[in-house]
Amino acid sequence: MQSDTQLLISVSEFLWYEADLLDHKSYQEWLQLWTKTGFYIVPAELDETDYLNSVNLAMDDDEMRQLRVKRLENGESVSAASVSGTIRMISRIRIVESSDDQVKVRLAMTLNEMRHGVLVTYPAEVEYTLNRSADGFKIEQKVVKLLHTESYLRTVSFIF
Amino acid sequence: MLEENNLSTACRAASMVEEGRIHKQLYSDEAIFEAELDKVFNSTWVFIGHESEVPEAGSYKTAWVGRQPVILSRDRKLQLHVLENRCRHRGATVCEKRKGKSKSFTCPYHGWGYGLDGSLRGLPKEEEYKGVFAKSDMSLVNLRHETYNGLVFATYKKDIEPLEDFLGGAKKWIDLFVKQGGGYPLKVLGEHRFNFPGNWKIQLENTTDAYHFPIVHKSFISSLDDQTADIFDFLDGEGFVEDLGNGHSVMVMIPELTDLEENLDEPIPERFQKLAEELRQEGVAEPEVKRLVRAAHGTGFNLNLFPNVSCSMAFFRVLRPVSVSETAIHHVALGGEGAPEAFNRKRIRLHEHFQGPMGFGTPDDGEAWERVQKGSIAGPDGWIMVNRGIKNLHQSPDNNPAGEVCSETGMRAAYQQYKKMMSSTEDK
Ligand code: FES
Ligand SMILES: [Fe+2]
Repeated sequence: MQSDTQLLISVSEFLWYEADLLDHKSYQEWLQLWTKTGFYIVPAELDETDYLNSVNLAMDDDEMRQLRVKRLENGESVSAASVSGTIRMISRIRIVESSDDQVKVRLAMTLNEMRHGVLVTYPAEVEYTLNRSADGFKIEQKVVKLLHTESYLRTVSFIF
Repeated sequence: MLEENNLSTACRAASMVEEGRIHKQLYSDEAIFEAELDKVFNSTWVFIGHESEVPEAGSYKTAWVGRQPVILSRDRKLQLHVLENRCRHRGATVCEKRKGKSKSFTCPYHGWGYGLDGSLRGLPKEEEYKGVFAKSDMSLVNLRHETYNGLVFATYKKDIEPLEDFLGGAKKWIDLFVKQGGGYPLKVLGEHRFNFPGNWKIQLENTTDAYHFPIVHKSFISSLDDQTADIFDFLDGEGFVEDLGNGHSVMVMIPELTDLEENLDEPIPERFQKLAEELRQEGVAEPEVKRLVRAAHGTGFNLNLFPNVSCSMAFFRVLRPVSVSETAIHHVALGGEGAPEAFNRKRIRLHEHFQGPMGFGTPDDGEAWERVQKGSIAGPDGWIMVNRGIKNLHQSPDNNPAGEVCSETGMRAAYQQYKKMMSSTEDK
C-alpha cells in the first residue's frame, strides 16, 4: 500500500471534527457534513451487507437524520434529556481505498456514556465513504458496527 | 429445601398482588425472582419464536425458557424440536450461535454429536461406555412444544393443558395479527436486541399501557406527518383493553386496524403513496397494492400473551428475565414470505423508526422503565398502582371484562394470572 500521509492527515482532521461535533451535540453542524444521498447506518447484524433490505438499529437517509436530530434537540424526549454527555475516541484510522472523488476509511471507535451514574462503553468499528468536494469531505455513508450488536445494547439517545 | 423456600417465597409474592395494586418489592426481591422462574416460567407455555425463523431442514435458533438456554431446530423431516442446550455428558452448551443452519450439534468439550432432533448420534471412543448406557437414553432433553398459527411455544410442565386451550380467547387475535403478511405467510425479517436495568414485569406491563403513549412518545409523534400523528392520538378514541383469560389481554388502540383484510377500498394514505408507487412498478396489481398498503401499517392492537411475548402492532416483543433487575428484550420485525421487496422494505423502515435501542420510541420507554426500577427502591413500603379504570368496566362481545383503552385492565389480568401461578402448590 502506498502511504499518503497528507491524505491520512486530512481524513483524520475531518473525522476528529465530526467526533467533536457529536460529543458536543452540535447536531446542526453535523448535518452539514453529509451529502444529500448519504446514509447513517447502524446494522443489527454484523455480517449483513444488504442494509436496505435488512433490519438495522438505524438506517437514516437525509430526512431521517434530520428527524433524529430534531428528536434529540427539541426537548420532548426524556431519554435524550438524560444523556449527560458522551466521549468518543477514534483511532486505528486506515484509508482502505481512495480515488479522485472518493475515500473509504475504516477505524476503531470507543464511545463512553454516563448513563444514570453508570459508565457504558461502546466499542465499534466504523466504516466511512467520504466524497471529496470543493469544500472538503462530505459523508456519503457511515456504518457503525457495534460489538454490542452480537449481544444486547442499552437504549441509545445520542448519535454514534 | 430450596423447593420449600421457593414455595413460601412464592406465597409471599402472591400475597403482594392485590386487585388494583402490587407491592413494589415484586420488582427487586431476589428470592421472589428465583421463585418466579420456577413457578411462572417453568410452569407455563413460553414463547420460543416464530416458525419462519427456522425455515428449512437444519435451521436452528437459540432461545430461552426463563433463564434456561434452549435450541429451536428443524430436522430433516421438517419437524420442529425444542432442545435443552446442555450436553448430556458433562453439561456444556452444544450451540452458541444465535441462529444458523447445521446438520448436527457437536459438543465442543469431548465431541459428542447430536442430531437436529436431539438424539445422540456419535461420540469418540464409544467402547468405554459399553454396558454403561444406551445412546438412545442420552438425547438432548426435549421440551414439550406446540405451535399455533406459526407461533412456537415450549413448556417444562409436562401435564400442562394443550397450547390452544392455554391461548383460549387470544387465538382469535393471533389470527388477526398474522394477517399483516399482506396475503403472504408471516415471516420474521430480523430483530433488535437490547436490555434494560429493571424487572421483567415492568416490561410485561408496558405492552398493555396506552396511557404512557402520548407522554413518553411525544418525540416520536412529533416525527410523524399529521395524518399519522392523528392515528396515534388514540386515548380519546373507541379503543379498549380486554381481559382474555389466563393472563392474556388485548389492547385495541386503533379499532380501524383490527382486521387488515377489511376496508380494502379505502384511499391510500399520503405516507404510503411512495410504497404504492413502488409496488405498481414491481408489477403488483391494484387490489393487491391496496391490501399490501393496508397491511404495511401493522395491526392497531397489542396482544399480550402471558408471560413473555406481545404481538405488538407490527412486531413481536419478547422479554427474557435475566436477573431481578435486568431484562433482555427482542423486537422481532415481521413481513411477508415471498411478498414484494418494497413491502418488506417499508415494514423494516417503519420498524426501525420506533423500535429497537436506537428507534424514536424505545429509548424513551427504556428511560421510564429504568426510572420505575430505581424509584421502586425508595422507602421501606409502597405500592405500584394498577387500578386505573377499575370502576369503569364493561362486557366485551366475547363476554370478557373490558375497560377503556388507557385502563390498566391488561396489567390486572397479567397480575391475577401471576398471583394464581405463584400461589399454586401443584407439583410439576
Ligand atoms: S461435555 Fe459434552 S462431550 Fe463432554
Ligand atoms: Fe412505549
